[in-house]
Amino acid sequence: MAECRCRRADQQKDQTVHTGQTDHTVYTGQTGQTDRTKRETEKDRRLAALLEKYREERGALIPLLQGVQEIYGYLPGPAMERIARTLRLPAAQVYGVATFYAQFHFAPRGRHVIRVCLGTACHVRGGARIFEALRRQLGVEDGGTTADLRYTLESVACIGACGLAPVIMIDDDTHGRLTPESLPGILARYE
Amino acid sequence: MKSLMDPCCQRCAHRPETPCREYLRCRTEGPLCHDDEQCRKARLERIEAVEGATPAQRPMQNLIHESRRWRLLLCAGTGCIASGGAPVVAALREVVEERGMSNQVAIVLTGCHGFCEQGPIVVVEPGNTFYRRVSAADVRDIVDTHLIGGQKVDRLLYRLPGGEAVASYPEIPFYARQHRIVLANCGHINPEDLGEYLARQGYRGFLKALAMERAAVIAEVKRSGLRGRGGAGFLTGQKWEFTADAPGEEKYIVCNADEGDPGAFMDRSVLEGDPHAVLEGMLVAGYAIGAREGYIYVRAEYPLAIRRLRTAIAQAEACGLLGENILASGFSFRVYVKAGAGAFVCGEETALLTSIEGNRGMPRVRPPYPAVKGLWSKPTNINNVETLANIPHILRRGADWYAAMGVGRSKGSKVFALTGKVNNTGLVEVPMGLSLREIIFAIGGGIQGGKAFKAVQIGGPSGGCLPESLLDTPVDYESLLEAGAMVGSGGLVVMDESTCMVDIARYFLNFTQQESCGKCAPCREGTKRMLEIVTRITEGEGRLEDLEALEKLAAVIKDTSLCGLGQSAPNPVLTTLRYFRDEYEAHIHDQRCPAGRCAALLTYRIDADKCRGCTLCARRCPVGCITGKPREAYAIDETRCIKCGACLECCKFGAVIRR
Repeated sequence: MAECRCRRADQQKDQTVHTGQTDHTVYTGQTGQTDRTKRETEKDRRLAALLEKYREERGALIPLLQGVQEIYGYLPGPAMERIARTLRLPAAQVYGVATFYAQFHFAPRGRHVIRVCLGTACHVRGGARIFEALRRQLGVEDGGTTADLRYTLESVACIGACGLAPVIMIDDDTHGRLTPESLPGILARYE
Repeated sequence: MKSLMDPCCQRCAHRPETPCREYLRCRTEGPLCHDDEQCRKARLERIEAVEGATPAQRPMQNLIHESRRWRLLLCAGTGCIASGGAPVVAALREVVEERGMSNQVAIVLTGCHGFCEQGPIVVVEPGNTFYRRVSAADVRDIVDTHLIGGQKVDRLLYRLPGGEAVASYPEIPFYARQHRIVLANCGHINPEDLGEYLARQGYRGFLKALAMERAAVIAEVKRSGLRGRGGAGFLTGQKWEFTADAPGEEKYIVCNADEGDPGAFMDRSVLEGDPHAVLEGMLVAGYAIGAREGYIYVRAEYPLAIRRLRTAIAQAEACGLLGENILASGFSFRVYVKAGAGAFVCGEETALLTSIEGNRGMPRVRPPYPAVKGLWSKPTNINNVETLANIPHILRRGADWYAAMGVGRSKGSKVFALTGKVNNTGLVEVPMGLSLREIIFAIGGGIQGGKAFKAVQIGGPSGGCLPESLLDTPVDYESLLEAGAMVGSGGLVVMDESTCMVDIARYFLNFTQQESCGKCAPCREGTKRMLEIVTRITEGEGRLEDLEALEKLAAVIKDTSLCGLGQSAPNPVLTTLRYFRDEYEAHIHDQRCPAGRCAALLTYRIDADKCRGCTLCARRCPVGCITGKPREAYAIDETRCIKCGACLECCKFGAVIRR
């Protein structure tokens, strides 16, 4: 997920608040109940610190939403309400902004986000075939997440690596010069 | 003294909080406050180690830094990393260590060289040897054969279409015809080292500006004829003047790094390869306009660019080039990075500002222009990354030098992202006014696979598709506008005979329709209707009156949309209708796609006489609709075929027929 890293960088100054780790295990149910509770409290603590940091800043809504998504992996409803209360904004406005931007999500996402570039260069060089192959292989539609929460598949307008078209990005790694045959090998690298 | 940025000795008194007026000159010309041969020599050696990288200016042989014989430049741009650059870096470090050459070899991670097609790229200096498609396994050869043995590694050299190897970087045709100004540092310096930027005359433009009257700085930029590189081409100096003249104490500089155009990536490369150039441009603009704060609005999709920008800002702050009382001039300036949240429309200036303020990135009616009422309703100057990266050069070398390049009212150079079905894809910087033919054929090396050229798409969703008959059009703002296209962000996507122009029109309409913010009806509803019509045509359901309806809709959308996104959205349709009308007509009248792209109009079958039953197509078919027995003729089940064309591409006997 490209957004993750930038926001991580965003928050490097604030090491105590963000570990920089996106913890997806919570959604997979692989951990025990105590662990889960512990993680949830940890997340709530991070959320509180984040809200405190942006309380008085102008133009804070978007960075705040990005921060919350960094903590939870998506934007949970209760967190959205807390943002609205902290910034003294109507919840409708907070949701209005969050739904406007492609970056924000309202449901848990896969451990690995696959972004398939369908920019002009990739379109001309067969990006649609790559997308189609992934769609079939993973059995999900655009924006969908596999049942085991391993992958989320997304089409994007341009990754900006047009020289390597067709291109996909898995988390922060860019893979270029793809053929449908090369995909299974690449996917296997992401547990 | 490890870096150019370190104090030379105890006598250096510069601190960010108590800045030295001569700080920048001191770093690049040796100490100015005391006379010490030792300090001067150490400084010059540091500079030479970097400066030697410009091949034309100085013969490297005389200037090799004593302790490091070799400088290995490894591209750490997104392109080369994606092609497997990281293992190469690791392997190189290991081999150099193993051979005990650590103190002879400097491994420098640079930004993008622009020739992404050939990545991962390793350049060996001295000699400017250009190795391409280097893998970790090749590293030992480079060290043993080249560095130790003195022989070039032939198999890693770039080859001309005739097969002849070209060793030296500047002699590769892709680079030989370029004129790199904005990209001059990209690929040649470590973008995460301010010292390297300084050694290449960095911040000298800003230094010069500081010594000038504010109005004189604006006049210089005006005189250079620099126009906005973001696409619209407004005179940069004039824009600065508007903001400078606007009433109000508090003013802002905004750098638009929301490069959302599919097919363009020059801003990304500049941000990743030379972030200090953008900061320097912002400093000059801030000084000229009287702003104390600057914002860089970067796409969240560019994590590396964001990281490098933050590093650059931190470095500049640490030595007092950003912050309070810069170089004891009384001028203070701070820069903040804002990550976008994924909306194409945020590249439009008023939408970008609303987004920084924390709202939905929707444009508003202009005037008032941001120069008068921008960020938080204060006068704001917005420039594109490439525009700002030109500024240091203009100040340093003078407006006349800049204005001497280019044609007519389009001065200077422009970076284009050359992609698509062209042999040499990558970033190309050329003087304005070069013809499309020169860019695509001389620099780009012609069309892939020897196919025929069909069209070139310029300027992304705001631009248009130009046919072969217009290949001699000079690439400048006016000529392209006349042809119905636009310089736009500078994306050049080359298309060959296998590209369907109706499909391309549909592609762009789909893009603008999805990215429309929805605020104004012409853009929101109009592009939707246009998309419906064009989609219908690609599916063979087109009607005669459709073309007229498209033209009519396009005219209304162009005239009545609120912002540039809507106003230019019909361009791809209009240009394809203008230059490739026959393709639309073939879809409508004959239900035929001449390029063989539009899936709904195609059928695939296997010629039983030619099929040898090699099983290849059946194995490649993603839906398994090809069946048969080995060594007998295979057959395609048309009801299940998704028309992906995989069978056609892999068949060695030409047995697959597409109609």
